[in-house]
Amino acid sequence: MTMDISAAGGTSIAPAARALDVIGADLTERSLRRYLEGIAGVDAVGLEARAEALGTRSIKTTSKAWALDRIIALTDLTTLEGADTPGKVRSLVAKARVPDPDDLSTPQVAAVCVYGDMVPYALQALGGAHAGSTTAGSGGINIAAVATAFPSGRASRAVKLADTAEAVAAGADEIDMVIDRGAFLSGRYGEVFDEIVAVKEACRRDDGTYAHLKVILETGELNTYDNVRRASWLAILAGGDFIKTSTGKVAPAATLPVTLSMLEVVRDWHRLTGEKIGVKPAGGIRTSKAAIKYLVTVAETVGEEWLQPDLFRFGASSLLNDVILQRQKLASGHYSGSSYVTID
Amino acid sequence: MTFLDYAPAPESTAILNLKSEYGLFINGEFRPGNGESFKTISPATEKQISTISCADEKDVDSAVAAARKAYERTWSKLSGADRGKYLFRIARLVQERSRELAVAESLDNGKPIKESRDVDIPMVAAWFFYYAGWADKLDYAGLGPDPRSLGVAAQVIPWNFPLLMLAWKIAPALAAGNTVVLKPAETTPLTALLFAEILQQADLPDGVVNIITGAGETGSDLVNHPDVNKVAFTGSTAVGRQIARSTAGTAKKLTLELGGKGANIVFDDAPIDQAIEGIVNGIFFNQGQVCCAGSRLLVQESVHDEVVDRLKARLSTLRIGDPLDKNTDIGAINSASQLGRMRELSDIGEQEGADRWSADCVLPSEGFWFPPTIFTNVSTSHRIARDEIFGPVLSVLTFRTPAEAIAKANNTPYGLSAGIWSDKGSRVLAVADKLRAGVIWANTFNKFDPASPFGGYKESGYGREGGRHGLAAYLAPAYRTAAKGGRK
Repeated sequence: MTMDISAAGGTSIAPAARALDVIGADLTERSLRRYLEGIAGVDAVGLEARAEALGTRSIKTTSKAWALDRIIALTDLTTLEGADTPGKVRSLVAKARVPDPDDLSTPQVAAVCVYGDMVPYALQALGGAHAGSTTAGSGGINIAAVATAFPSGRASRAVKLADTAEAVAAGADEIDMVIDRGAFLSGRYGEVFDEIVAVKEACRRDDGTYAHLKVILETGELNTYDNVRRASWLAILAGGDFIKTSTGKVAPAATLPVTLSMLEVVRDWHRLTGEKIGVKPAGGIRTSKAAIKYLVTVAETVGEEWLQPDLFRFGASSLLNDVILQRQKLASGHYSGSSYVTID
Repeated sequence: MTFLDYAPAPESTAILNLKSEYGLFINGEFRPGNGESFKTISPATEKQISTISCADEKDVDSAVAAARKAYERTWSKLSGADRGKYLFRIARLVQERSRELAVAESLDNGKPIKESRDVDIPMVAAWFFYYAGWADKLDYAGLGPDPRSLGVAAQVIPWNFPLLMLAWKIAPALAAGNTVVLKPAETTPLTALLFAEILQQADLPDGVVNIITGAGETGSDLVNHPDVNKVAFTGSTAVGRQIARSTAGTAKKLTLELGGKGANIVFDDAPIDQAIEGIVNGIFFNQGQVCCAGSRLLVQESVHDEVVDRLKARLSTLRIGDPLDKNTDIGAINSASQLGRMRELSDIGEQEGADRWSADCVLPSEGFWFPPTIFTNVSTSHRIARDEIFGPVLSVLTFRTPAEAIAKANNTPYGLSAGIWSDKGSRVLAVADKLRAGVIWANTFNKFDPASPFGGYKESGYGREGGRHGLAAYLAPAYRTAAKGGRK
């Protein structure tokens, strides 16, 4: 019996560089599927037990002080509401620049994260503090915009690409896209893959540089850890710079086990190619205590070098104020209260 | 200093209220022993913790006499429900004093506080709660209606899980209506003596539980005492053999829980990250000083290199050091003699041609320490693949087919535990069916539950602890006279 090789090949998909390197030149929906299905499974009980064990690390004194500052420096301070206005964005930016007006040694956040139409206001409010600005120096705050019909991702490809291109043109440094979960869950991996490749291309600026692409898996809708792992590989193969857990609009959002399983993919990708991919848990991380567990998990899974804004972010809004409260407590020895931290 | 050099987070010893000297706990009170007192030290620092009395033959005699008297006059007369009340009370007191017990256990044994705090002590309480519930339901223990207790139980326990082994022994014995004389290990008597204080707090009738300390001779006097009805021993196979010999021909009922050389079988379709965690947990939990440790890793040849690479990377993140630091993963080895055995067997492994690899870690200058170690290129005929090392030393062997994995896993004089890692449920069940081991874990390792029986095949001993089976080890069917006949 002979097999029809051409029929086995299946539909071709976008020739993304990483996928070509890892899967090979015969890049098709079928070869992609085989690759993803060949990845070792995840045992949910074992994964959750490991995450829980990492969560019991006791981070005290000097380590805690370092961790609190680092959490702030890794935060994408976020507002993603239907009710967002230019005024709200300005207020958010002010908070991002000076998280604690009573303690100017407090670090700035990594980025503000807004809807695409709010990018111009964020840019204006940041002014010289914007990472792209000539006066910002090596630091500076990035602007991240959610795009591709966030949060559901239910729109035509053309709309998603236009959404992305417009945000980039307006000055977004980073694009947080959502994958098509419907396509993923019905097994149309090629479609999800092609879309990420296309969005990545839409991140291209006129000068040939690219806005950083974070790919939101919306793990709460993928449901199983096996799906999360497969989607993580898919997003990386298609060219994502970051893989991100959630939109924050679906429960459960980020959890420690989900983030751990994504970090394991990133670690494996690094072992395989030497390339470093970022991870962003988003949604549901509200306390310093919870955030420190993530830092521990990152450091003990992929290594400490991942604890920098290029490779790890928290997508959060209320987290920042809890960290500031803890920071104040560490400095003064007593807790203040919500009246002593500013709202954005 | 980097983030991963977590700042010290030591659990305080201020919660302990230790005496400088402990007597024997006989008939509800502490009294000095006639033997020569010995000191118990912290294996992490070699510093003395306390002075412990040693029971000689006369002390053993009075402990057994106290247990006999308590059995005849009090404990066997109590209803199951009333015995249960005492056990519930003990369980709650263990919970209340859990932090203190965890600190004492880590201090005396050398195990990391995260293990004594999160595993040992919670399980001690769970064991007493579980058997408290059985005390008034003995009719359902599988021995027919009205099973009877045996009398005085002599129990000798090891040093690797001092308080947990005490709970495994005392809880079912008391629930079934027996009284107890227990001897903790010479190197780890501390928590058993704190437990004696808990018994006083619980107002347990005098003599129901007697705790006598000492070395091997005390244990031998105890199990050979003529007025003992039941002997339960957990420890080495060599001592187990002696006990089997000396109790043979007597009316004493015997259970032995001895050594092991557990196989942890990793198939090529295993959930790899969790399998690595399971391997680590299987052999490095409690510094590998676990009778059911997965000390032989059987890994499918096609994934051998990947598994070993990942394992080495993972071992490099283990934190070895002060057992009382909440971030310590690997604590101290319990005693100099154990450390000596680990060193000796590891050297033999190297001489026999296996490749030794140890995690790069700084060992404290004082105390007893052994780095997490892996041997690759191990053959089934190597001593490190056959002898129980009882330390953080893993021997890696390979297999090609499930049949070979099963044959190699069973090729040991022991038969206590095994683990199987595969994503394919049917394969897990098919392999588990053919393994000759008392406990088989699938996609996990070293999981315990009071409701689950535990015990071994072959040289790993006989009898079961835990669950209904563990209860049956302390019971006998009711006396029945044929003349009266019929069922009750």
